[in-house]
Amino acid sequence: MLLRLAERTVILLVSLAVSSLLVFGFMVLLPGDPARVALGVNATEADVATLRREYGLDRPLAAQFLDWVSGLLRFDLGKSYISKAEIAPQIADRLQVSLILVAVSMLVALLIAVPFGTFMAVHHQRPAGLVLSAISQIGVAVPAFLAGILLITVFAVQLGWLPAGGWTPPAYDPRLFLTQLLLPALSLGLVQGAVLTRYVRSAVLDVLREDFLRTARAKGLTPMRALARHGLRNAAVPVVTVLGLQLATLLVGAVVIERVFVIPGLGSLLLDAVGNRDLIVVQDVVMVLVVAVLVTNFVVDLLYLGIDPRLRTGTR
Amino acid sequence: MSMPVGPVPAASQGSAIAPRDTPADRPADAPDFPVPDDVLRVDGLHVRVGELELLSDVDLTVRRGERVGLIGESGSGKSLTALSIMGLLAESLVPSGSIAVTGQDGRHTQVVGAAERDLAALRGRDVTMIFQEPMTALNPTMRVGAQVAEVMRIHRTVPDRHTAAARAVELLDRVGLPDPAEAARAYPHQLSGGQRQRVVVAMALANDPALLICDEPTTALDVTVQALVLDLIVRGVEARNAGMLFITHDLAVVASVCERVLVMYGGRVVEAGDVQQVFTRPRHRYTRGLIGASDLDLTRDDGRLYTIQGSVPSAGRFPHGCVFRNRCIHATTECESLPRWEGTGPEDGFACWHPVRVQDSQGVDPS
Amino acid sequence: MTSPSWRGPSWRRGAGTSSGFSRLATGLLPAGAHRSRSAVSATIAVGGGIVGLIVAVGLLSLVWTPYDPGAIDPTSRLQISSGAHWLGTDKFGRDVLSLIMAGSRTTLVVGVVAVGVAAIVGVPLGILSAMVPKWWGEVIMRANDLLLAFPALLLAIMLTAVQGQGVVTAMIAIGIASIPSFARVVRSGAIGVMKTEYVLAARAAGRRPWAIALRHVLPNVMNLVIVQASVSFAIAVLAEAALSYLGLGAPPGTASWGRMLQEGQELLFVAPRLEVFPGVAIALAVLGFNLLGDGLRDRYDPRLRDGR
Repeated sequence: MLLRLAERTVILLVSLAVSSLLVFGFMVLLPGDPARVALGVNATEADVATLRREYGLDRPLAAQFLDWVSGLLRFDLGKSYISKAEIAPQIADRLQVSLILVAVSMLVALLIAVPFGTFMAVHHQRPAGLVLSAISQIGVAVPAFLAGILLITVFAVQLGWLPAGGWTPPAYDPRLFLTQLLLPALSLGLVQGAVLTRYVRSAVLDVLREDFLRTARAKGLTPMRALARHGLRNAAVPVVTVLGLQLATLLVGAVVIERVFVIPGLGSLLLDAVGNRDLIVVQDVVMVLVVAVLVTNFVVDLLYLGIDPRLRTGTR
Repeated sequence: MSMPVGPVPAASQGSAIAPRDTPADRPADAPDFPVPDDVLRVDGLHVRVGELELLSDVDLTVRRGERVGLIGESGSGKSLTALSIMGLLAESLVPSGSIAVTGQDGRHTQVVGAAERDLAALRGRDVTMIFQEPMTALNPTMRVGAQVAEVMRIHRTVPDRHTAAARAVELLDRVGLPDPAEAARAYPHQLSGGQRQRVVVAMALANDPALLICDEPTTALDVTVQALVLDLIVRGVEARNAGMLFITHDLAVVASVCERVLVMYGGRVVEAGDVQQVFTRPRHRYTRGLIGASDLDLTRDDGRLYTIQGSVPSAGRFPHGCVFRNRCIHATTECESLPRWEGTGPEDGFACWHPVRVQDSQGVDPS
Repeated sequence: MTSPSWRGPSWRRGAGTSSGFSRLATGLLPAGAHRSRSAVSATIAVGGGIVGLIVAVGLLSLVWTPYDPGAIDPTSRLQISSGAHWLGTDKFGRDVLSLIMAGSRTTLVVGVVAVGVAAIVGVPLGILSAMVPKWWGEVIMRANDLLLAFPALLLAIMLTAVQGQGVVTAMIAIGIASIPSFARVVRSGAIGVMKTEYVLAARAAGRRPWAIALRHVLPNVMNLVIVQASVSFAIAVLAEAALSYLGLGAPPGTASWGRMLQEGQELLFVAPRLEVFPGVAIALAVLGFNLLGDGLRDRYDPRLRDGR
């Protein structure tokens, strides 16, 4: 168990190191000088040189990289090329917003996927199961931002029940916060829920065929109780995998959804930075998103160990 | 072969007992409930999937304290019979006929057509089952002690959780697991195949069932462990005076464990009788083939082992008439019609147009 | 005394530990099997039909569209559906049907290039990782998995930040992000192929590794590649739509479904239909490629037929 834990931790640390190199490499090695990009084509050579010196862009790449990484470790992400403001506090503010959105969306997705996926598996050869299966297939095909636009059209434009966008901190006005959160969380959650439903269905179908479920029924459990007590925990292993992968999709989906609903999250910060050609901010935000994905994968690995005792010792 | 079988006590007719939903297509002459001594009475059992008949006219009884073997090649319908008795057939499979089970407290239940809730009450308590594959029969994410305790908790045969846990350890001790308290805390993957099957045996015996069904319980185990587990099962059944239905393709095991035996092929019972009699003087050509093929000491004139020619057809591909005739060297045109059941009843007889004559069987005496 | 003939060929052989119960329950009997096979065919037919339709529309738009998709006509702005404009016009007076038809080209080109990039890198990588010593294969796959932490959209946004907006940037970014799934799928297939008798025989005969890879491994993983291509195509369509919606993909003036969504959003209260038509087009395209991929996967691997 401890050995597994150590192994996963090493993998996480190596992944973090390599991905920071990748992000840095991407931004530096691609043609285009960040200072030139930030100032635009009309800037004078002198201005560009000043900015380069100011931000240490004239130093060797290795020094720049080490500087950036050591900053990351101290949560010091440097200053924006454009506004000259500290980046770390901005990211911290925006991250809160995005994390709330993602967490609530994930909850929506799970609330949809677990009951419906299980139902579809149990009734996989009956009309109800097939109809739900078809609906989920369509749900998978709708991008989250499109779902968002459609939800706005119906609930904000046509019915006028909910605001079309915006964000209010929960401490400031909890009611408004919830009404504004509902549509974006639904947009992300419905689509991810449709994807997840298909995995839950397939995982439960696999478990339904397991011998130990037959044993459970031979013990005197009804099919539904056998599934609930013996099946779902075993079905959780593949579903948790997908959940981890989906979180990455969800984080990036949130970038777009924040644009649709005018939410001041990490995605808006990233897109604004891209628009302003503020490459250092882009680099930092991308790194934060990648760290979030990698840490999630790490947590998912730990969850496996909790769910499936066979993985703890590595013998199957 | 649905013929009147055995005497049915007149007093039993119409008395108020368990059958809840009497299927319309049940044979009219099937008794409504078993004679008191029977823990299991199967009468005219058919299992169909769509148009396809997988089991045809299976008659079978097991009395209290009796050990009955069910033999035949894979695909002959043995496991399907067992699952029918457990009421665990897949939804698409439709049973008809009668399966009457008498519980340890004398309650009768008609399995065919019973509600799922009533079947669940029966399973794990009055009728339990040991499956072939111990490696996959246990829940990998649950400690084995909890899995043994669960079967007692489901049927409330113990007052509380602590008693169930203590009793589970006791049962694990009884089935010969070294350090049962430690074993109860183990997960299935930490135990060997033989140990896991012992856990399954403990689960099957936990509620003192009236009938234990074993579906090839030792086939997946190492040869050295087989005899130990087998002995464990037989002693457990004997101690509880339970009935046992033992499914296997290993004739030696049947010979050592069972008193009576039924031979199945193509979803039908083709021969039944006392173990000694069936194995020394088989009458059905299929039984004879089985025994010949099982005896490695026995060789043909050309020095090769006896085998049954051809292979078991897949479900629905069996010939009409005698199901065995496409693999039988004695088959004639007569065999295109269904052979009658010859014998004194469902417990002793055979269905073959060209039964083995006494002098034929001298050479294949495996005893 | 259990003789081998007992285990002779039968309907249970090869099933390993699977019992009669589970096999009956899983529809391996003729009736059930038949039903799922027809369901698989229907999936492929519907998916293939949708994909075929989009390809046909894309090709048609090369030679004919009702109007020039780029033609701005201030006199006919924001018209609703009519005989002249079947799907109406947008805020610039452009014909929506023509835009949708031309937009299918962008979708298809982005998909083809992205999937092409991903396959050209991912397939050899997957085969390589299956043929090199186990330890090296693990390293390749670890690196491969790391790339999964960079979803297509994120990679594209990063590239766009440096390179500036453009369809080419988008295609390459989406392609790079799709490499890991190709490599993973191909590796799992190739590992199986490497264990087969004919590959062992070819290796024993001293055939060179690249010859084995080309003659034996590649043809045998082609099914997997085709399935993955279909699934990745759907992902590429989604990513392109999102990028263009964000204004980071197709530049102004290029017909793109995602771009149409972006341009229509400010008019959501006035003309919601401007969002509906491109939205339906995107969903239909993704659905088509997903169905095609699912259907092909089930056809190539009947073991998964009931499962996924």
